[in-house]
Amino acid sequence: MVNMTINLILLFALILVALWTVMTIRLIRSIVGLALTSAILSVIMYRLHSPLAAVFELSVCSGLISVIFVTTVSFTQRISKEKLRIRRKERLLKFWYLPVILIATAVMLCQHLLTPQFTLPLLVPAQGLGVRDLLWSCRHLDLLGQVVMLLAGAFGVVILFKESRK
Amino acid sequence: MSQSALQLFCTFGIFIILLLITGAYCMFVSFNLIRVLIGFEILIKAVTLLIICAGYVCGRTALAQAIVITLIVIEIVVMVVAGGVALWAYRHNKTIDPRKLSNLKG
Repeated sequence: MVNMTINLILLFALILVALWTVMTIRLIRSIVGLALTSAILSVIMYRLHSPLAAVFELSVCSGLISVIFVTTVSFTQRISKEKLRIRRKERLLKFWYLPVILIATAVMLCQHLLTPQFTLPLLVPAQGLGVRDLLWSCRHLDLLGQVVMLLAGAFGVVILFKESRK
Repeated sequence: MSQSALQLFCTFGIFIILLLITGAYCMFVSFNLIRVLIGFEILIKAVTLLIICAGYVCGRTALAQAIVITLIVIEIVVMVVAGGVALWAYRHNKTIDPRKLSNLKG
């Protein structure tokens, strides 16, 4: 019961921080919100017995992706106070629907999902392998795919920032 | 699958759907490439939580973690390239509003 209460508090915090991330006007605040969302998500992952994925989420998503976003934003130009005021008004007009939609969806889902009337099929028992064994023995094709993706990303960035020869 | 596990999955499911709606709304409403990427990130977070929750409920956390690690690696590559594209667009057009990227028209 206590476990579920802590999970619920974390889930509420996750939604609230995500909402703040998308609704705030300043991009830097959005990025900080995104990092906070990742940090809360990694705590939830740790509580769901997935420590390795939690560490990845915390270091990569909360750290590295924030750095990438901050670097991207720092290369763009800061907007003037007048433009900021106009954009804040526009943003409020666009985003006041979102909390309403979220609350309506939550109420609707609570009525159907909190008392589940369905059952899921029985599962085949797990093989009892650890994450490292699984990654290196059963899912080595995934690792190959990751290497290809990393190379593709590196080539993509090199091509994007290639200076033209004159 | 026990009733308590199903209950836990449903409770998490509600929050996962709310997170999906938040990310999708941000992507559809924003006219800023970086904000679209932030919405996309929130969508990915929802999917990550879904995979981890499903793994926990089914007792297959190892498999779920392996899949999530793959997802995170691909996510970082996508974000780096997308950030590069946003910067490239800014350098060439002095804006990251997708409505004004008219020289992308074929």
